[in-house]
Amino acid sequence: MSSTVISHDASHHDAHGHHHETFLSKYVFSMDHKMIAKQFLITGIIMAVFAMLLSLLFRIQLAWPDTDFPILEVFLGKWAEGGRIKPEFFLSLVTIHGTMMVFFVLTAGLSGTFSNLLIPYQIGARDMASPMMNMLSYWFFFVACVIMIASFFIESGPASAGWTIYPPLSAVPTAISGSGLGMTLWLISMTLFIASQVMGGVNYISTILNMRTKGMDLWKMPLTIWAFFLTAIVGLLSFPVLVSAVVLLIFDRSAGTSFYLSDLVIQGQILPNEGGSPILFQHLFWFLGHPEVYIVVMPALGLTSEVIATNSRKPIFGYHAMVYSLVGITVLSFIVWGHHMFVTGMNPFLGGVFMITTLIIAVPSAVKSFNYIATLWRGNIRFTPAMMFAIGMVSFFISGGVTGLFLGNAALDINLHDTYFVVAHFHLVMGSASIFGMLCGVYHWYPKMFGRMMNDKLGYFHFWLTFIGAYLVFFPMHFMGVDGVPRRYYAFTAFPFMEKWVSVNILVTWAAIVAGLGQIAFLINFFGSIFYGKKATQNPWGSNTLEWTTPVEHIHGNWPGEIPTVYRWPYDYSKPGHDADFILQTTPFSETMSSNFIHDFEGNEEAVRIQEQWNKENNRVVEG
Amino acid sequence: MEANNLKQIELQQVRKAKKFNLWLGMIGMFMMFAALSSGFIVYTASGVDKGIKTILPQTFIYSTLAIVLSSLTITLAHKAAKQDNAAKQKLWLIITIVLGIIFFGFQVDSWNVMTEQGVFFINNNASQSFIYVFTGLHLAHIVVGLFVLLRVYLGVVKQIPQDNNVFRMDLATIFWHFLDLLWIYIYVFLLLNQ
Repeated sequence: MSSTVISHDASHHDAHGHHHETFLSKYVFSMDHKMIAKQFLITGIIMAVFAMLLSLLFRIQLAWPDTDFPILEVFLGKWAEGGRIKPEFFLSLVTIHGTMMVFFVLTAGLSGTFSNLLIPYQIGARDMASPMMNMLSYWFFFVACVIMIASFFIESGPASAGWTIYPPLSAVPTAISGSGLGMTLWLISMTLFIASQVMGGVNYISTILNMRTKGMDLWKMPLTIWAFFLTAIVGLLSFPVLVSAVVLLIFDRSAGTSFYLSDLVIQGQILPNEGGSPILFQHLFWFLGHPEVYIVVMPALGLTSEVIATNSRKPIFGYHAMVYSLVGITVLSFIVWGHHMFVTGMNPFLGGVFMITTLIIAVPSAVKSFNYIATLWRGNIRFTPAMMFAIGMVSFFISGGVTGLFLGNAALDINLHDTYFVVAHFHLVMGSASIFGMLCGVYHWYPKMFGRMMNDKLGYFHFWLTFIGAYLVFFPMHFMGVDGVPRRYYAFTAFPFMEKWVSVNILVTWAAIVAGLGQIAFLINFFGSIFYGKKATQNPWGSNTLEWTTPVEHIHGNWPGEIPTVYRWPYDYSKPGHDADFILQTTPFSETMSSNFIHDFEGNEEAVRIQEQWNKENNRVVEG
Repeated sequence: MEANNLKQIELQQVRKAKKFNLWLGMIGMFMMFAALSSGFIVYTASGVDKGIKTILPQTFIYSTLAIVLSSLTITLAHKAAKQDNAAKQKLWLIITIVLGIIFFGFQVDSWNVMTEQGVFFINNNASQSFIYVFTGLHLAHIVVGLFVLLRVYLGVVKQIPQDNNVFRMDLATIFWHFLDLLWIYIYVFLLLNQ
């Protein structure tokens, strides 16, 4: 059965550099990819809970704009005087919610966790190319998180220019209260964050290209690795651009340059800045900002590919097509940023070009969706919690992706831009889909991370509450958007045409609260199982990839003894003629004579000859 | 013995990956300057009153000479390291570091010259501010480069193992050449837009 080829030779391991480990070097400043992955995950979860609480606060404001909640004043003090959230603080809430979710949870929490965990494991490496850089990557991220949260404790409040920090709100410190110190802290935090992501990304790419084990050629890599690889490339090429944008912004804020500022009057005072262009910032920002959404969603796509194939007990449908569509998304992601700027007075011809490139992204995305469904088709599906979340991810990816076709259309965007339609679109396609991808990864690889299993029942409970909750929260927003309700507005009661939507807001807020409470089930499950979960076996899901050939107990260097050699692709599930419904990547073809196909040998004539002889001797008839 | 061999192979693999890291890092740094360049182009195209509209200071030529020369000396240091000639390596490294500092000095002096010409950082024609941003960010990288060189130098002084020394020298040389080329790119870009 699970033919682990490795020899468990403990004495071998000592030759491989056994460091003396202290608490600090093992749990805090660890350079081990497995520990760093856990650090990223737990920090990410904490940030997710924090950002979710922020969203509940502004949801409460949107649902009951005329009601006082004295308890809010207890917690928020002057930001909710008399129990009602102030407009300035409302803006801070949406800004920091967006920033934390997009960057800290779905970029660092997702890529950081699973790239770190799975890249060395699944390609067969002892650790990352540069463990030191990896550690720094986490600690830069951690400090960024601390600074972002700290901005809630300063007098002028956190940044409130939106997660896109458009100037002039972000560039003139006196514009609104959040433009002051809060914005400065935001910029510092994000600069550290970018440094963290670039260090991490460089490491991921380099590790994948240089440290694969014997036999692991690129076309034998699991789709997770392909996704992390391409995500890291996107990050490496786009994050530095944000650095440039932010550097210029800092000069505008603090030194008095005029890169983005022109002709401004703030509180009766004429600013000296002239000649700058806020559109310039938008170009630079969205050159990162758009690829960023693929940085968020591609790892989720990779994780679900793996989970869906494993739990359907079927090879992933169209492996090559899956890879090429990821490559397609990677390339296209850099030439579509203008679709965020259709209404900035852009040349209509240029808008047309951006529209075409944007709509082309539907092609690789559709290829992926169809391939997921084709993988599920007539599979021997095991509905594990991870599988539920993976299917949920596909669902959100489709229902959110479809509205992208509307928004990507330059003409329709005139009506729809900056409305709740946009909010609905991106919360489904990148928010919910990526969160579900991340959760599917957590449930699936939890045994690998902590050596224990999560509770299934709590998992299903968590899934259904979150799945239904997310749809109830975001689906109604489409209708609000079509009606022209703008996003980021503080109180719907202030505008007669929006008033009728307050009742919908109440439904949305209740759904958000219930879904939010559902996350408690996850937190209990996650942290409880670390200590009380059922002990995991080495390969609990019957998976093919290399990480399941490592011992359950984490050891430095991952494999005792030699790193296993890879002989086949990672998706040999339910191969006809084999006794088990999965074949590990480390199983050579010579051990599976009864299930080999001619095309498995990739033109190796000697191997084909041996196989055909064996077939003849054993009366095996190969179809097709 | 076999375990040792294995360790050696893994060490080689890790080194290859680290060198690759450097290349990737340089791609990232280049992207930063590419973004600034495109920002400059978009901004400058936004009006006839925009643009550099001044003669770039002569000192840029001197600094260019200094950094090109330093590229040469670091190659010599690299060669010396490969021949395991510590004394020569140290000498060329010192010369490179000094040339790097001279470069730094000339760049800062160029800022003085520019302000004397009336080209200020705080400027309603931000095309001129861009010159400061380009040179300033490049100088920030030069500072990092100088620290890298210093680390190699200290390695030689401390007599770290030869293969380790050569590896450090490899990385430092690649990075320093990159900084040189980056400056030439910036300079040519600015000259073309003068």
